[in-house]
Amino acid sequence: MALSGMRGLSVFISDVRNCQNKDQERLRVDKELGNIRTRFKNEKGLTPYEKKKYVWKMLYIHMLGYDVDFGHMEAVSLISAPKYPEKQVGYIVTSCLLNENHDFLRLAINTVRNDIIGRNETFQCLALTMVGNIGGREFAESLAPDVQKLIISSSCRPLVRKKAALCLLRLYRKNPDVVNIDGWADRMAQLLDERDLGVLTSSMSLLVALVSNNHEAYWSSLPKCVKILERLARNQDIPQEYTYYGIPSPWLQVKTMRALQYFPTVEDPNTRRSLFEVLQRILMGTDVVKNVNKNNASHAVLFEALSLVMHLDAEKEMMSQCVALLGKFIAVREPNIRYLGLENMTRMLMVADVQDIIKRHQAQIITSLKDSDISIRRRALDLLYGMCDVSNAKDIVEELLQYLSSSDFAMREELSLKAAILAEKFAPDLSWYVDVILQLIDKAGDFISDDIWFRVVQFVTNNEDLQPYAAAKAREYIDKPAIHETMVKVSAYLLGEHGHLLARRPGCSPKEIFNAIHEKLPTVTMPTIPILLSTYAKILMHTQPPDLELQNQIWSIFHKFESCIDVEIQQRAVEYFALSSKGAALADVLAEMPKFPERQSSLIKKAEDIETDTAEQSAIKLRSQQQVSNALVVTDQRPVNGMTPDVPLTLVKVASTNSKEDLYPEDHISNGENGTVTEVDPQLPSADLLSDLLGPLAIEGPPDAVQSGQSSLSGLEGISDAVDSAAIVPIEGQINAVQPIGSIHERFHTLCFKDSGVLYEDPHIQIGVKAEWRAHQGRLVLFLGNKNTSPLVSVQALILPPSHLKMELSLVPETIPPRAQVQCPLEVVNLRPSRDVAVLDFSYSFGTSLVNIKLRLPAVLNKFLQPLSLSMEEFFPQWKSLSGPPLKLQEVVRGVRPLPLLEMANLFNNCRLMVCPGLDQNPNNLVASTTFYSESMHAMLCLVRIETDPADRTQLRMTVATGDPTLTFELKEFIKEQLVDIPVMSSVPAMAPASSLPINPVSLSNDPGAILAGLL
Amino acid sequence: MIHFVLLISRQGKVRLTKWYSPYSQKERTKVIRELSGEILTRGPKLCNFVEWRGFKVVYRRYASLYFCMCIDQDDNELEVLEIIHHFVEILDRYFGSVCELDLIFNFHKAYFILDEILLAGELQESSKKAVARLIAGQDALVETAKEEASSISNMIAQATK
Repeated sequence: MALSGMRGLSVFISDVRNCQNKDQERLRVDKELGNIRTRFKNEKGLTPYEKKKYVWKMLYIHMLGYDVDFGHMEAVSLISAPKYPEKQVGYIVTSCLLNENHDFLRLAINTVRNDIIGRNETFQCLALTMVGNIGGREFAESLAPDVQKLIISSSCRPLVRKKAALCLLRLYRKNPDVVNIDGWADRMAQLLDERDLGVLTSSMSLLVALVSNNHEAYWSSLPKCVKILERLARNQDIPQEYTYYGIPSPWLQVKTMRALQYFPTVEDPNTRRSLFEVLQRILMGTDVVKNVNKNNASHAVLFEALSLVMHLDAEKEMMSQCVALLGKFIAVREPNIRYLGLENMTRMLMVADVQDIIKRHQAQIITSLKDSDISIRRRALDLLYGMCDVSNAKDIVEELLQYLSSSDFAMREELSLKAAILAEKFAPDLSWYVDVILQLIDKAGDFISDDIWFRVVQFVTNNEDLQPYAAAKAREYIDKPAIHETMVKVSAYLLGEHGHLLARRPGCSPKEIFNAIHEKLPTVTMPTIPILLSTYAKILMHTQPPDLELQNQIWSIFHKFESCIDVEIQQRAVEYFALSSKGAALADVLAEMPKFPERQSSLIKKAEDIETDTAEQSAIKLRSQQQVSNALVVTDQRPVNGMTPDVPLTLVKVASTNSKEDLYPEDHISNGENGTVTEVDPQLPSADLLSDLLGPLAIEGPPDAVQSGQSSLSGLEGISDAVDSAAIVPIEGQINAVQPIGSIHERFHTLCFKDSGVLYEDPHIQIGVKAEWRAHQGRLVLFLGNKNTSPLVSVQALILPPSHLKMELSLVPETIPPRAQVQCPLEVVNLRPSRDVAVLDFSYSFGTSLVNIKLRLPAVLNKFLQPLSLSMEEFFPQWKSLSGPPLKLQEVVRGVRPLPLLEMANLFNNCRLMVCPGLDQNPNNLVASTTFYSESMHAMLCLVRIETDPADRTQLRMTVATGDPTLTFELKEFIKEQLVDIPVMSSVPAMAPASSLPINPVSLSNDPGAILAGLL
Repeated sequence: MIHFVLLISRQGKVRLTKWYSPYSQKERTKVIRELSGEILTRGPKLCNFVEWRGFKVVYRRYASLYFCMCIDQDDNELEVLEIIHHFVEILDRYFGSVCELDLIFNFHKAYFILDEILLAGELQESSKKAVARLIAGQDALVETAKEEASSISNMIAQATK
């Protein structure tokens, strides 16, 4: 089919198609771009037709993936053309070339608005389509009311109204704070009476967006949704054109059931009964048919019905019906249905009482783990992970292990982590656990994070019965050729600690063990060598009676490494050599590692995070909005070197001295000698040092302690770590200080009134925040962006929530790849009113610098406020009913920042306290109202009155009234904080406790030789 | 919601893109590259869903063309799969047994049609007839404008003779 009229465009497309290769294509495209550019430069000579043609060409070139960085203006200008053909092109090309963040769009707002409020229906449609596809904040601000009018206008045809409904959906979804939806609950209910199914489909989408934010307001829509569903399910009064392969609009059915899932329950018994009738009919009446499209459509409805049934907590009978259906689905050949069966079964796991029925399908699910389709394998893995418990852990984990060797790389990491977690969580006995982990390391060493092997060491150390078994296993593995380096580490460690328990077994003499381990030395990298050296020292110590030959061999190794370029290795070599010549002292110093204090596994912690993730998936889904790109832009890399040496107070610097693999903390060695240590550094208060060395924290060897911070990571521990390493080990390299970019305090302050922006930035990382608040709940997404071209490691984030907030941070990866940005959602629930602020304890390593920052999180009181506009009739009765303290508090505030009244009103509005003009007769006064949401008291009305003194703007009288004494007090104090100028406290609140450390590690690095000499 | 729609040929050529979420040009290119790699290499008898960066991509192949739509993880996959088919049926009806060439040379028509089916990443119209009527109306408007233009230019041409 020829392109009507635009020959030039057709010719261009043919030319591009005829290009033999990419280079030719590039040439042709460049030529065309040059041509367009010249034509646009001389715009006067262009007819509308030509302009149109060039703009289409631009879009085509853009689609091919080439940068089109000019001509946007021309595309946008076509929007204001008087004639339909040009206008149409202008709108469509603009909405394809630009996105909501482009400044050019601003230029078009007026024209777009004129088209929307104008009388030309076709223009209205074009404008609504563009705004609905790429509308941003400014569009929402200036157009939302007009769009709202169109939806409910009786003079508009359905075609305009359905577009208006989706356009509003877009504006609301993007900027719920800008679109005023007061009174929309009733309008929504009216819209659901709509007969035109096109308008109804769009309205239903809009309803889903509205209820997902706040279902409370939309109860009146619920019975209407059920009515619509009934009408569709019974195929009553559905025009032929709205049936799809004989099914009454499957899309509207799905949407309606989706909307219903946002209501916690269906209370009215009649509505509930009708709804269940419909659902039952869908569950029982959906058959597999030959026609693919019909089958897909009916199953789309069926799967939505299944999730609605799960959501509504139906009777047991219906639930087992669902499980039976799903059981059938996961066994069919059709891959889509099987995929969805597995996916929905995983969601079903959250419902009580069905686990046992699901377990019956275990064999079938395991088959899917070996499916040829990675999508299906992923679902099967998730499901197996979710359904695992003590009764089937052995089977499932063994399946996972077996599958590990043949699985694709894309899945191995997840697979091994899941297997490790399940093994730890449900191990029937510990030796099995050790087996599993060693097998994991053996089969997928590259994908085993350090957490996993640290954890197994911890278990073995703490369980004496397990030690001979673990050592024997390690002995087996170390004999294998070409084992993974992680296996060398863990085997060497286990054999060093517990190898002597095997003494009587064949092949397990100290010498034989030593030889087996030493064979691996040439194959390992630097970080492993210290572990091997420690193992040698331990073997030497355990060799009784001493074997001179072995001793000489090991000494010569120590001797060889005494001049190693790696300080860690060098130091160990020197120390062990010196210690081993001391005879008896060796046995003391190298005694077996003490037990680890019991603590929650970092893996289990990960597991819990994963579980909350899945729970969230299956419960009512709080659709997070798209957060692509705009929250945080990773800027270009800045030079890493040459940073200023002065240390800002907000940052803790700790020389990264102990390598992660350091399982033999030096404090252990120095225990017998701590007198000398104190001499080494006169700055060290000896009492502190003693408590650090002797306290339980000091013997926490494995870096696990500092890993992915559950609970025990306190400031104190940070200090002790720093002291330990600083006191004993010479410092490696220069200490880098990392300075934040911009003021942390100001960034926090800005974010208190905004929902997205940058929370922290330094030369290595940028932490952005995007938040959404709904009543007493909130969801913050932390965007951790690595600005460097090398990874940031040892990333840890820990939330220190105040008692009134429940906060849950999802898994923060330990490493952020170069130039990558990771998103970590943080769920917040507000329990009580309080002004306390949550703190994010964040640290990472880059090169040799460990950076730790404590950042206040903008989950502050005003985020849980919902502005509320009150009329005089509503306000005064409330005001009067709340009489006197403690519900109503009055205070004269002095030292107020002198603000014009208008600015003060703005300030209040920014704090989500809605200023209600006209309520107070006195023009010098302000009255504001809002609702406070918390879990303990749900919604609570808050009223505020400010009486200013026109003669002295630095003082005012404030009255705050709410239905709760604490809330009244907290709110009053909160407002006061906003009004009174608090001097910026040189970021004291953001300061890390550890930074008050009196010692400067640099001073210790002066003379490592002297330190060692003192020690020995 | 649907975050974007991609039409990619088996050779990896892009035939149509529509973005309902904001992606920069750079991100768009990256997304297309990543997804082509993932989807075009999938065998014929696999399911129509691909899990990708926390999203799901529902795709379907028609002759040499892959139609892909990216949705949120908990959206209804089959529903979207049939939106794709709905779109294809409308294209088919409009072009009369549509083929890839039609879409290459008339990509702007494909955009017009898509804009009547999807809006804001949601299904806008599920009646094929209604969409066909609207597109026919638009075509007529363009046609009239063209006639008018030519008649005016005729008149001017006549007058200046």
